[in-house]
Amino acid sequence: MASVPIDHALILAGILFTVGLVGVLVRRNVLFMLLSIEIMLNAAGLAFVLAGARWAQADGQVMFLFILTMAAAEVSVGLALILQMYHHRKTLDADAFDRMRG
Amino acid sequence: MNIVFYIAAAVAIIATVLVITRTNAVHALLYLIVSLLSVALVFYSLGAPFVAALEVIVYAGAIMVLFLFAIMILNLGQQDSEQERRWLQPATWRGPAILATVLAIELVYLFVASGGRLPSNGAVEPRQVGIALFGPYLLGVELASMLLLAGLVGAYHLGRRPRPQEQGGET
Repeated sequence: MASVPIDHALILAGILFTVGLVGVLVRRNVLFMLLSIEIMLNAAGLAFVLAGARWAQADGQVMFLFILTMAAAEVSVGLALILQMYHHRKTLDADAFDRMRG
Repeated sequence: MNIVFYIAAAVAIIATVLVITRTNAVHALLYLIVSLLSVALVFYSLGAPFVAALEVIVYAGAIMVLFLFAIMILNLGQQDSEQERRWLQPATWRGPAILATVLAIELVYLFVASGGRLPSNGAVEPRQVGIALFGPYLLGVELASMLLLAGLVGAYHLGRRPRPQEQGGET
């Protein structure tokens, strides 16, 4: 199991995080930005689990559980916010929300 | 075992790049589910079977269903049976299906190669994770439960439709 070099797995986590970051920066659809944030959180969790597996400790997986909890709470609040935005502005364009007065 | 990791990593990168380049939200969601499944396989090949199961159940299951519901609610106005028929064309699900088939072959290979047992050497078992979670990290678990409660209340408050008299006052 430990035969996978830690460098390669860390590179995978880095690539996934970068793709998510590019998604947040490039896409202007709020829904896609939320999806990209999910990708980044997942990549960060991958790095934690990888480090835990490298030293055969359970702490990495515990941290992944916390990231999972945080992602679930963030997605529920974020999607509710997106629904409210859509009801107010009838669009999902992030640039349309530059003047938010409630 | 190495080859399983590399193929799953390649599938994860391909699917994730496809997620942020799609224009249709449902297509992107299908690719993101494939990406999460492949990351779960990466976890399994790294010796973390418990987290791999959680990734499939919570991430690819619960959170993605939440996204799907939001997308469906947002498309409620223009959605009709014609659009639904277009979504069910093979071109929509061919890409995710191919990538998911690669993952399924890998999973079968893993089970056959290991004789149906969990990876033994270097694997962190669920028992260790549970002991760590409710031992030194007990405070974190309490905080996570409070965070989930706050998320629940916040989502309920934000997602509720304004009552008619409130709406009259707003507009």
